Amino acid sequence: MSRQSMRTPLKRARGLGSAKHGTGHFLWQRVTALALVFLGVYLLGLLLWLGGADYDRAHALVSQPFNATILATCLVTMFWHAKLGLQVVIEDYVHAPLLAGIAHMANIIVCTLAAVAGVLAVVRIAFGV
Amino acid sequence: MANQRPLSPHLQVYRWQVQMVTSILHRGTGMVLVLGALGLVWGLLALASGPQVWTQFTDCAGSAFGMVLGFGFSWALAYHLFNGIRHLLQDAGAGFSIPDFVRSSWISIIGSVVLVLLVWGWVLWQRGGS
Repeated sequence: MSRQSMRTPLKRARGLGSAKHGTGHFLWQRVTALALVFLGVYLLGLLLWLGGADYDRAHALVSQPFNATILATCLVTMFWHAKLGLQVVIEDYVHAPLLAGIAHMANIIVCTLAAVAGVLAVVRIAFGV
Repeated sequence: MANQRPLSPHLQVYRWQVQMVTSILHRGTGMVLVLGALGLVWGLLALASGPQVWTQFTDCAGSAFGMVLGFGFSWALAYHLFNGIRHLLQDAGAGFSIPDFVRSSWISIIGSVVLVLLVWGWVLWQRGGS
């Protein structure tokens, strides 16, 4: 845009519409947060119950259907919440466009891989393969 | 910079107050907890890989360094949990008067320390007992 343009910012923006995702980030951060209040407490209880357990006991505990279900849900919710939170941190502090782009990609890739790896580990333990 | 307009004030010009601390800690503990979550995945992968790998994991987690990290992660989790609930209540429109805000900030900080000390006291007591 040249400085001499007579068009107002409103004129340029009108008709483009909103991105329709304005509240998505905010809402999902809260939904995952609320879920993690319960999942996190359960997870903490599970870890305490486990407390330095030997392999057989830990394996048996995680392979119980209810524990496996909660653990897998917890992993997905946790890394979803982590991705949203780290995204805000990157948006706030990383100002160089290239570096910010790389950081956002890395955030998405690491959180996705970690969630998938964790869920697959739980599935493998639960099915005893 | 050629721009001579005043900049908005940032952290260094304010007197420290508890509301700032809770806000900064929430972000800080959030970032730390990502590492803790990766540690959890490490543990699950070890458990899925068999007894040998699991023993390697429990040796690392049970070492002095591992215990210190574990203590740090557990406090970060407790704090993020307490302060997260506080934020959810505030999102619902509650507790916005300044005295409420200060009080709930202190509840987050003190509550998280108390919870962690109780949990670790219990863990160490269990270990001593067995």
